[in-house]
Amino acid sequence: MLSDINQPVPKGEWEPRIIAFFCNWCTYTAADLAGVSRLKHAPNARIIRVMCSGRVDPQFILDAFARGADGVLIGGCHPGDCHYMEGNYKALRRMRLLRRMMVDMGIEEARLRLEWISASEGERVRTVINDMVAKIRALGPLALPGRFKEWDKEIESLEDEVRGKEEAVHA
Amino acid sequence: MNYIYYPGCSLHSTGKAYAESVQTVFRALDISLEELEDWNCCGATSYFSMDETEAFALAARNLELAENQGGNGGVNLIAPCAACYLVLTKTQHYLTTYPDIKQKVNDALDKVGLHYEGKTSVRHPLDVLVNDYGLDKIAKRVTRPLKGLKVACYYGCQVVRPYATFDDAMYPTSMDRLVKALGAEPIEWPLKTRCCGGSLTGTIQEAGLRLSRALLLDAQRRKADILVTCCPLCQHNLECYQGRINRKMKDHIDLPVAYFTQLMGMALGLEEKELGIHRLFIKPRVAVSAQKKGEPAHV
Amino acid sequence: MSDSSNNGSIRVGFYICHCGHNIASTIDVDAVAKYVATLPGVIVSRDYKYMCSDPGQEMIQTDIKEHTLNRIVVASCSPLLHEHTFRTATEKGGLNPYFFQMVNIRENVSWVHTNREAATLKAKDLARAAVLRVFHHRSLEPKRVPVNPDAMVVGGGIAGIHAALTLANAGKKVYLIEREPTIGGHMAMFDKTFPTLDCAACILTPKMSQVKNHPNITLWTYSEVSKVEGYVGNYNVTVQRKPRYIIEDLCVGCMECIEKCIYKEGKYFDEFNVGLSKRKPIYIPFPQATPQLVVIDRETCIEFKSGKCKKTCVEACDRDAIDFKQTERTEEVKVGTIILATGFQTFDAKRVPYYGYGKYPNVYTSLEVERLVNASGPTGGDVILRDGRRPTSVAIIHCVGSRDKNTNRWCSRTCCMYSLKLAHLLKEHTDAEVYNFYIDMRTPGKSYEEFYDKLLEENVHFIRGRVAEVTDWSDRPSEEGKLVIRVEDTMVGVVRRVPVDMVVLAVGMEPKSDAQDVRKLFNISCSTEGFFLERHPKLAPVDTFTEGVFIAGACQGPKDIPDSVAQAGAAAAQALTLIDSGEIELEPNTAFVVQEECSGCRTCLTICPYSAISRDETKQKAYINEALCKGCGTCVAACPSGAIKQNLFEDEMIFSEIRGILETESADTNGGSSCCPT
Repeated sequence: MLSDINQPVPKGEWEPRIIAFFCNWCTYTAADLAGVSRLKHAPNARIIRVMCSGRVDPQFILDAFARGADGVLIGGCHPGDCHYMEGNYKALRRMRLLRRMMVDMGIEEARLRLEWISASEGERVRTVINDMVAKIRALGPLALPGRFKEWDKEIESLEDEVRGKEEAVHA
Repeated sequence: MNYIYYPGCSLHSTGKAYAESVQTVFRALDISLEELEDWNCCGATSYFSMDETEAFALAARNLELAENQGGNGGVNLIAPCAACYLVLTKTQHYLTTYPDIKQKVNDALDKVGLHYEGKTSVRHPLDVLVNDYGLDKIAKRVTRPLKGLKVACYYGCQVVRPYATFDDAMYPTSMDRLVKALGAEPIEWPLKTRCCGGSLTGTIQEAGLRLSRALLLDAQRRKADILVTCCPLCQHNLECYQGRINRKMKDHIDLPVAYFTQLMGMALGLEEKELGIHRLFIKPRVAVSAQKKGEPAHV
Repeated sequence: MSDSSNNGSIRVGFYICHCGHNIASTIDVDAVAKYVATLPGVIVSRDYKYMCSDPGQEMIQTDIKEHTLNRIVVASCSPLLHEHTFRTATEKGGLNPYFFQMVNIRENVSWVHTNREAATLKAKDLARAAVLRVFHHRSLEPKRVPVNPDAMVVGGGIAGIHAALTLANAGKKVYLIEREPTIGGHMAMFDKTFPTLDCAACILTPKMSQVKNHPNITLWTYSEVSKVEGYVGNYNVTVQRKPRYIIEDLCVGCMECIEKCIYKEGKYFDEFNVGLSKRKPIYIPFPQATPQLVVIDRETCIEFKSGKCKKTCVEACDRDAIDFKQTERTEEVKVGTIILATGFQTFDAKRVPYYGYGKYPNVYTSLEVERLVNASGPTGGDVILRDGRRPTSVAIIHCVGSRDKNTNRWCSRTCCMYSLKLAHLLKEHTDAEVYNFYIDMRTPGKSYEEFYDKLLEENVHFIRGRVAEVTDWSDRPSEEGKLVIRVEDTMVGVVRRVPVDMVVLAVGMEPKSDAQDVRKLFNISCSTEGFFLERHPKLAPVDTFTEGVFIAGACQGPKDIPDSVAQAGAAAAQALTLIDSGEIELEPNTAFVVQEECSGCRTCLTICPYSAISRDETKQKAYINEALCKGCGTCVAACPSGAIKQNLFEDEMIFSEIRGILETESADTNGGSSCCPT
């Protein structure tokens, strides 16, 4: 399971795609430390650097899902340790609300993850990414772009039906 | 709390007093103890030097039976004998940590229709009384406080080494705190986890008795009125050879050695017969029966 | 997607670095370069062995000119390492440096993934994201703020003293803040220092005196920092100055008041002698205390406890220097740089009860023994035990609270040396047999190994083995009345019992118990062990992640005096770099309000922890003070109208990155994701 996290997946098989927003001072630094320490982990996450986890707009997260991400990971400083004092608390509040909305929209809670990782916790970056990849793999692909297309088709065909009926009435 | 009781072989023979006192005390505190059905000998420490896998399988059978008896969800298996406690704890630990051992053991158990999942917790009654039941509650149930009684709390090796699951390995205090809650005074002594000689008293008696002697002399030197223990072999070694030691070494050792549950029972006002007090060679000099409130317990 | 500052199209230069084998062995850099060349707007796409080298940087500059590039993307190591390097190269090529974006494919990709296919795909995704992002970059100017030339040093031990003197000698005004009534720190408590066996006080007191007399140093003892506001070059620090109840200008340190105190003898724990002696409520920590002022301890003085003291001290003082009405003073100072040199504490030996500290009177910590052998200590340098005897045998146990999973995992670095030193001193002061029980002998410094050699010839017994316990239980007559060390002598393979009169525990060094509180005050971090975190363990050991705040000495990690002094000098040099450049460039990642889009809803006003946002009541719009803004971006995410933008981290830029990462060429018709490389 986790041991083959670095093995290539046969062509055509789905691999989880995770977007990670890491705060510059803590989590991004920790990810660099993981790199310096050569701590190997799953290649499924793509990191976007922001100065503070408080910068992460819920729109970014929804946009990521809408464009095909299967999971979104936010990495910030531990509560009390934010380089900008309180940014991580704002991130926490936003994520809590967003999660509830997401569930209502039909996106599983586990696809959005908020982790506190400090600058010296390179090992934790590895553990969190590996763990998240395993969990998302178990959940399966979210594949929203494809679903949007399907729903668009459904709506189109419904509209056709309605139009057809209207024409029949007028005829 | 689901407690299943594993007496082991000693508690059915030389350690009868331990069995009696544990059951009497637990009953008095309304902690239900259900004996493990069809339990077998744990193998004690000797089997491991013969064949490790077989030894694990032998002990694991008990763990598995407990799992079944306890229903689903975790079960607490109480093993008063320190050696049984250690063997079962060690088995539990190895089966969780080493999947290949677990596999081999389960292969064996499968043949008799059993399969070990790993849900049994092995507990010692000292741990259960101090940490689950609580010292405050025990103190409230004490009817005959053992005021003025100096007690040497002797842990021996097996409940603290190598797995210090419920107390510190080098400096345990559970029994001391329990004794304090009974109104008595635990003495401060450095040998409380030093080996009593174990089975050496049977094989190389010189060596075994030397170890027991050191403990008894020091406890006595520090003015202990009684020594309490949590292992039937320790109790046997420390109590039964005092005469022999005195003869050989020209010492004057005369120290009652009891199970901590027996002392507990006395403080709780329970019947001496039901605590197995009559089985002790050296009667504990604890004036409990005629004690008025506030009078010291020591005679 | 054109930028208005460049009338025309976007022309991107993309460079992927091999970094020798570091990147190229895992990522197919050639394939990435070829792939990026196919992206719209990419004019130049190259791979090169070492982008950060001179030729690499020159390549960027040449390309900018020759191909009229207006955006640069470099895929190599972490921006935390070389963003500045490449921005400078971009600028040298004639472009605004902020038209640059960096892609981390080393720390985040080649160093942490093993599968070449997956790593190359990831590099392509990230490169594409950066190319899309950089389209939206705009020309920016870095923020320049002046640096206040005054500095503050927190902590008056040897490190703090040296840092303060270095800065002061360079002509800067320094505030030296020390919590105890005197400077000197732990070094003042030592007897002799290894390996030279210099008397600690003799080499320290001249420096303490220099501090006192230096015109550029403002020394505030018995004081603590309570608040720090501001940013690099412009810190506002609030200092609480505890009252000594002594008028500083009048007291000459004659100590008559102590002599005449209502207490005939000391009764309270004497901190300087680690409790081996008692002091009165009115006291001076040690004879060479700097400043040479008496202090009255509010907690123990009768006058404060009951209000009914005869106050014989006041009578005794013919300079009327005692003033019970003093109150705490609050001072606010402005400084540009801060150096933290708050030191360490020794491991609490009570945490290892099997060594008997606190239980057996003749078990001591090393710090206590320093006082015992010191001529101005509680016994005048005579080694007399707590029970009055003189020891005929002494055990020194190494690694107490160090190299131990159960207490502290690290090696405290100084204990082997100081244990050897104490062995030597004990041999000098007594006729005792001395036994050192060690695990490894760590003597790496200059002349340290030679010091060890000398000890080997002084008849000190060395036993290699971790002591299991110290017990008073005797197994035979020769052990009666002694403390017995039980240890496995691993060189011989036997368990030994060594009876001694005195046991010395070589306690380790650990972070001060309030290190977490202190570091929060200064907005720096601690490592997992609790010591202050340096910016880089090898290349920036005295910098922190907070610009303008530096660390030096044992607060950064266990170390001896030479290393503490070296770090103090280094921190002072770093501070001087900032101060002497007069101004500092700050990253221009501040936020600003697009006034036309602001609806005046006030959501952002309370979000900013630096109160950088205010509301213009006439216009009814929000306004951000650029000087106060630190660039966290929280208000940007909070604004419901999207009216607040953050330079370098605008919404459009981040959305482009997201799009760039997720829109792979091979996205199949279901919009599902697959990781097949293109």
